Amino acid sequence: MAAVPARLEGPRAGEARTLSGLPLKTFYGPDDVADLDYARDLGDPGSYPFTRGIHGTMYRGRLWTMRQFAGYGTAEETNARFHYLLENGQTGLSVAFDLPTLLGYDSDHPRARGEVGREGVAVDSLADMERIFQGIPLDQVSTSMTINGPAAILMAMYVVVGEKQGVPPERLSGTLQNDILKEYIAQKEFIFPPEPSLKLVVDTIEFATEHMPRWNTVSISGYHIREAGSTAVQELAFTLADGLTYVEACLARGLDIDRFAPRLSFFFNSHLDFFEEIAKFRAARRMWARFMRERYGARNPRSWMLRFHTQTAGCSLTAQQPEVNVVRVTLQALAAVLGGTQSLHTNALDEALSLPTAEAARLALRTQQVIAEESGVANVADPLGGSYFVEALTDEMERQAMAYIERIEAMGGVIAAIRQGFLQREIAEAAYRYQREVASGERVVVGVNKYTIPPSEERPVPILRIDPDLERKQVQRLQELRRSRDDGRVRRALTELRRAAQRGDNVMPYLLEAVRAYATLGEMVQTLKEVYGVYSEEAVL
Amino acid sequence: MSVAAERAPAPSARPIRVLAAKVGLDGHDRGIKVIARALRDAGMEVIYSGLFRTPEEVAAMAVDEDVDVVAISILSGAHNTLVPEVLGHLRRLGAGDVPVVVGGTIPPEDAASLIRQGVRRVFGPGADLGAIVESIRSLARPSAPA
Repeated sequence: MAAVPARLEGPRAGEARTLSGLPLKTFYGPDDVADLDYARDLGDPGSYPFTRGIHGTMYRGRLWTMRQFAGYGTAEETNARFHYLLENGQTGLSVAFDLPTLLGYDSDHPRARGEVGREGVAVDSLADMERIFQGIPLDQVSTSMTINGPAAILMAMYVVVGEKQGVPPERLSGTLQNDILKEYIAQKEFIFPPEPSLKLVVDTIEFATEHMPRWNTVSISGYHIREAGSTAVQELAFTLADGLTYVEACLARGLDIDRFAPRLSFFFNSHLDFFEEIAKFRAARRMWARFMRERYGARNPRSWMLRFHTQTAGCSLTAQQPEVNVVRVTLQALAAVLGGTQSLHTNALDEALSLPTAEAARLALRTQQVIAEESGVANVADPLGGSYFVEALTDEMERQAMAYIERIEAMGGVIAAIRQGFLQREIAEAAYRYQREVASGERVVVGVNKYTIPPSEERPVPILRIDPDLERKQVQRLQELRRSRDDGRVRRALTELRRAAQRGDNVMPYLLEAVRAYATLGEMVQTLKEVYGVYSEEAVL
Repeated sequence: MSVAAERAPAPSARPIRVLAAKVGLDGHDRGIKVIARALRDAGMEVIYSGLFRTPEEVAAMAVDEDVDVVAISILSGAHNTLVPEVLGHLRRLGAGDVPVVVGGTIPPEDAASLIRQGVRRVFGPGADLGAIVESIRSLARPSAPA
């Protein structure tokens, strides 16, 4: 463990810093942007390097997609929540899976005990995915799936649900999170070691590039890096470094950058420091555009565009005076919109306590609708462009993030930096610093360390309860599936999958066949574990 | 073998030992790492379990490491199942007297139920870092002045 200074350096009187610690002047003027060249560094919205947004008309042309993450309990409950959200004006679906699914365990695995259907929906086989999307034509919605370790398997399941509805893969649209690198860095829901995991990501990209032109193959995610405690600069730097790693792995496979890069997308956090977040989004677009064009020689403008989803910062929500969270979420959502997001999830006020209730989820959606349709901020693209402060901060975010990326590359790249624990330590350090600032009162959290009320005055917030009997029902259903399916077909499909993995072939066609045979997620993951091995993190503080 | 007897010499002669444990399948390690560092900075010895421990493994580690307090972090919603199992395994290993505290996204009713089952403290989101450290210290050294 690195030595921690006994006392943090607090801000001197009159000195202010962003949430990430960047020093701030009292005001900004022309000198702060003297080096800024409009055409080179900003460009009009819709023009390289896309600092001001990827579309010329931005939200006047089309509002962002309001995409609330949902999924809990059984497939039927998730299906009901999806129908509810679609009826309330939501325009895209987003599936949360439970932890056993994320880690590749079936619901009847001993390690799944107590976890089934808790943090998301349980998916053991194609049968569960069929129930989740019951009555939802897959060619009329776009679906985002938050899944990483077993992402290739869930993508295969989605393709087969489409097949059964008569929707070919070409017409499926949606996003697979499929960003395994940030799992080792921050979220820690990994299965296989980094190298074969990266190979699986490239398999999905290769498959989708051929067959699923409307599919976002990877959602390169800073969200979880930030939630794990990183600064905005670290979120920006580590996320882009992950993205560059995927690009290089695809190039090594022999894929054409202008065929796969347009389908890479990003996912950022929108935290509390309003202008810092806006600067982060703008810097991200400019940096990615330059990497794609200048470093990799991409020629398709769509390869240069960093498209992103945003979620407001779950870690900023408080359990105390939870209604205040609505205000936090509003500011964070506004930052995402002013930063030019393509889609947005607004957190519900009760998420520091549990998964959101339907009412809380609706209020979160209403927050976006007010910003979109009442506030007027959607009328003009990049309204903050040219602000001395916002442009200077955008430059500073870029400078600091580039320094990190260069450091990571000097270490041998992201996987080397993960194996050395560098990225994890940087984040843990920032998280600890933040928490000590909160503990000392240097960092104000309204309702927590300032403006508190006695617990007796707290209004109880209704909590979403998960049916305790759900796990038993899910296990029972899985066991019925195991009895009713054609076991010979399952065994053959799994054998073929193992052989393909051993040969180093793209496993997607073999996963599709195993999914069609109703092989379980756990069986497919176990088969791949036998070839790839498993990853365990060195437990360091 | 009596675990309690092994916990010699006199409590104050050695630093407080805490097992910081992640039980279950959630990989959220921000909170536990912050707590572990705060406890270390307060002079305690902290053993971090690493991720994805079963209740049985946590209890065994607590005994093997002869800790004064077990601090469990869980954000998966599986606390009602997994935390009582840790308590049960500790009792089976003769270490039912080791205080257990829990931190995470625990709704109030669940916190009350965990306390009834023998958990000594439950810390929710936004709990004060200093208060957590002091609470663990007083559980480890009940007789020491606050």
